[in-house]
Parts: sequence; structure tokens; C-alpha cells
Amino acid sequence: MSTAADMDVNMDVNMEARRILAVSISKLYASRAQRGGLRLHRSLLLSLVMRSARDIYHSSSRDSEPHSGPSPPEEPMDTTSSVEPERTVSEPQPTSPSAQAATEEPEAEYERGASGDKENLSPAKQSRKRRGKTSAAPDFLPSKRARLEPGEERYAACCRSGHPESLTSLSLNRVISAF
Amino acid sequence: MCVGVQWCFSQVKGAVDDDVAEADIISTVEFNHSGELLATGDKGGRIVIFQQEPESGNQPQCRAEYNVYSTFQSHEPEFDYLKSLEIEEKINKIRWLPQKNAAHFLLSTNDKTIKLWKISERDKRPEGYNLKEENGRYKDPYSITALRVPVFRPTDLMVEASPRRVFSNAHTYHINSISVNSDCETYLSADDLRINLWHLEITDHSFNIVDIKPANMEDLTEVITASEFHPNQCNTFVYSSSKGAVRLCDMRAAALCDQHTKIFEEPEDPNYRSFFSEIISSISDVKFSHTGRYMMTRDYLSVKIWDLNMETRPVETYQVHEYLRSKLCSLYENDCIFDKFECCWSGNDSVVMTGSYNNFFRMLDRGSGQDVTLEASRENIQPQSVLRPCNVSTGGKRKKDEIGVDSLDFNKKILHTAWHPLDNIIAVATINNLYIFNDQLN
Repeated sequence: MSTAADMDVNMDVNMEARRILAVSISKLYASRAQRGGLRLHRSLLLSLVMRSARDIYHSSSRDSEPHSGPSPPEEPMDTTSSVEPERTVSEPQPTSPSAQAATEEPEAEYERGASGDKENLSPAKQSRKRRGKTSAAPDFLPSKRARLEPGEERYAACCRSGHPESLTSLSLNRVISAF
Repeated sequence: MCVGVQWCFSQVKGAVDDDVAEADIISTVEFNHSGELLATGDKGGRIVIFQQEPESGNQPQCRAEYNVYSTFQSHEPEFDYLKSLEIEEKINKIRWLPQKNAAHFLLSTNDKTIKLWKISERDKRPEGYNLKEENGRYKDPYSITALRVPVFRPTDLMVEASPRRVFSNAHTYHINSISVNSDCETYLSADDLRINLWHLEITDHSFNIVDIKPANMEDLTEVITASEFHPNQCNTFVYSSSKGAVRLCDMRAAALCDQHTKIFEEPEDPNYRSFFSEIISSISDVKFSHTGRYMMTRDYLSVKIWDLNMETRPVETYQVHEYLRSKLCSLYENDCIFDKFECCWSGNDSVVMTGSYNNFFRMLDRGSGQDVTLEASRENIQPQSVLRPCNVSTGGKRKKDEIGVDSLDFNKKILHTAWHPLDNIIAVATINNLYIFNDQLN
């Protein structure tokens, strides 16, 4: 049974997590405009922070509101391997959710541009890169995904994670609209 | 050599005014193998090389000064039309080749393209051409009545920098490191996900030796942050990652070195877990010691020395600015947490140096375990004036001569430092100034 003090702490943690999420999203947006293009390292670090913040937000929200309505579908996201069956578990964190909406955004951005490197390989040379089971299109063709508006992209990323109604996407969208 | 050594101001290069032009921001500093030349690269794509003057008998108290030797535009801004992306001209790294003849060679790189530059001196020029005037204009052929052999005459020293090789189109992601092999024939270049091996003579292809790009980019968890060849084993190199691991690879084992030979990683202290644990464990620089026995890594808060024979934990760990651990959230908001500090070894590997904020830099003496914090500041630029140690107070009670953590200027950061390979001379780059210090001669 959580005490009032626990509820307060949860609220603080919750607020902090939301604030960090908001800051992270604004940084992600700002990094699009910088010279030299998206920095993969920076985007990855931002997405890791966002994921941590989102997880803390989740767990603190769950603790303070034990009867959350729409959240049951979101639990499997943390533990099942349905999203990335090939992922090796090597992370130091005790809870290690697969790469989620927060991480998908920058990688989705980069995926479009990454296919450009295929042109640097000589056609005669056998590519030594690992072929993904999930990639259906031939490597040498540029991706033809339609360019979405930034808000739509984020929502699309949330939807790809398979739980569009989850608290995750709801909270991120709420945070974005707070901007 | 111990850190009880006194460090003295020698020179400062760069503009005095507070308004910093972005192009003047120093992005890399490197001594050559003899220490005679000191190269800096900046955000505007320029390289400035300083040369140490020959020792003069007049001032035995001072080391010889470094003066400008050559300045040239190494990289220009470019545009990738396919991706609609601008390619910055900022020089990410400079690496000197060992000197083989009178000319000097260096490799410089921006995010996408590596160039080999030849820096040569010209102090003679041919005079007495038959067909041309001294100013280059062609003579009227009918005025030529006799033939002569042109001769070389001394002229004012000219230092020319010419690009000898351009290594391009091999990196999809942003290049963060280049490293010349001890065989002096090959070098590696590393971007976020791949490392390529080049031959210095061949520009139209390179070998990919490390590829950590996942099949599905959504699975990305780790990027390469730095890479370096072993100083004397030409088959060995290391690369560091954003997860705080360093992998050592042996090129004799396989053509593609995705399977590391060794992995150097220290488990994270669970007491320090926070939102920002991943960011601060990301390694920003890795450097072998001159002997090749040890390697040093720099992450956001610490410097770690690793023995290549022991993978499980570093043999030494030094806190650079532990007082920042409680400020990580603010440092995240102002972007400072993403700063990539470099580190360097002294010539005999007994002291290591790295930068911090407020124009502080840290000297960490491995022998005595002592450390000192010094400041690069124009307030103390009397020739050979001794630098006084600085202290940052963390508690409520601040002693005299201490500066509080909240008073630190996070815009004044020292990311790039270099140590003369053979002498106690150090080059410390603030945002747009280069400071040269030397130890006090008695």
C-alpha cells in the first residue's frame, strides 16, 4: 500500500521523467536542423535517455495509479521478444526493453539515408554486410518511404511498436502537444 | 617526471576578443613525431601549423617558441546532393606521418573525406630562364641572342602545403578517427558504424575491417566513438564504443574484424545509475601509451588506464570532475553532457592529461597518484609565469582560492590537448585559443 509520501516521490519522479522527455524531444527536433545532418551517436544517446525517462515515467505512473485502464497491452512490450528476435541481451540495466518508439525515431530517420552507402560498394564485390530478415527491398535501391510530417513520424513509430493505445505513445504525444 | 613539476605559461595563439567566430573554434591539436611541429585544425576547415624555432642561446630559461609555419584551407564545405545534407568542413582529426624526407606529411579529415597533405619548404628558386622574364612574361623570341643555363638562387622561405591524396566516398556516417599504422603504409578511418583500412598510395578503394551496423537500424544500440592502431604492432587496433567498451582486434585473425580479440569493459556501478548513465559511460577518446602496453580511455567523468593484458577492469581510474555527477541533468539540458573530451599521454607515459570546463585542464600523475587542476587563462600570461593549481569546492563552505561548481563557466571547455612526444611541453586548446605551457626549467 503506497503512502502519501511515496505518492509525492512518485509525482516528483514522474514530473522529472516528463521534463527530461520533453527536453529530449526538443533536442531531437533541433538536431535535424544542424549542419552536417543528424549525428547518429547523439541521436542514439538521446533515444537512450528518452527510453530511460519513459520507463521511469511508466513505473512511477503505475505505482501511483494502480488501476490504470488501457495499459495491459503495454506490459508485453517490456519482456517479450516479439519486436526484435535477434537482439542479444547484453545491456547492464536490470530492465531491458527492446528498442521502442523513442529509439525508433532517429534510426528511422537514418535508415532512409543509410541505403546511400550501398552505392559505395562496387557491384562486383560481394557485400559483407549482414542481410536482415526484415528488409525486403533490395539493398541498392534507395528507400521510397513517403516523408511524413514530424508529428506523424513519431506517431507512426509508436504505432510500429505495436501498441498505439499504450501509455507510451499517449505520453509522448501529450508531451509533444505541450510544446 | 612527477606532477610536482611546475608548469609555466609559454605562449598563447589566437584572437583576444570574447566574440568567437565559429570558424575559429579549434577542433583538433596534434604534435608531430619530433615535436618540432604543432598542427591545429578548426571548424572553418583550416589547418595552422606552428614550428618550434631552433633553440637560441640568448634565453636558456625558456623553451624555444612556436611560430606560424604554414596555414592552409584543408577542407571546404560540401553538399551531398543525394541526401540533401551539408557536409561540414570542420577538421575532426589531424595525424602526422613519420617523417621520411625533408617534407612533412599529415592526414586531415572532416566528416566524410580524408586528405593527405604534403608540407614542404622552398627556399631557392630558379632564375635566368631563356624564354621567360623574371616576372613570368614570355620574352620576345627575336630578342634572345644567347643561351644560358638557369641557376637556383636563394629566396625567402616559402612553405607550401599541397594535397597529395584525397580519400573520399568511403564513409556513410561521420568520421570520428583516423590513425596511421606503424607500418607507415596503411591507416584506418572510423565512422559511427564502420572502420576502413586504407593504403596511403591508393585512394579509390579501401578495405572495411569493422562493421557494426545492424541489419535493422532499429536494433542499433552502440556506435564506434574512437579508434587507434597499436603503436608498434601493425596488426592490432582498438575501437571504443558508446557503451563504454573497448574492443581490441587483430587483423591477422580475419578480414572482417567483427569478432574482437579482447574486450575491455568495466561493469557499471549500480549506485550511480541514472537517466544519464549511458551518456556518461560513452567513451570519447582512446589512446595507446607510447610503449603500447597500456591504453587510456576518457568518458565524461573519468579517465581510465587499462593494461592490455587485463580486460575485466582498468588498472587505474582517475576522476576528472566528479563534482559534475550531481549536475548531470543541467549538463544534459545545456548539451555539455555530449562534449567529447580527449586525453593524452606524456612522452614517457607517466602523466596523463585531459580537459574540463572553465578552461581547466587536469594532469594526472600515474606514479604518485597525485593530480592537479590548472587553468588556461589570459589573466596569467606573463612569460614563464607559473600556473597555480585550481580547486573546485563542492561543499557549502568554500575555501579561499576555490571556485564553486555553480560558478564554473561551461562555455569555456578544453576538449583538445596534446603533449610533446619528447619534452614537457603541452598544447592546450580553449575554444578559439591555443595555449602552450612548459615545465619550469631550473
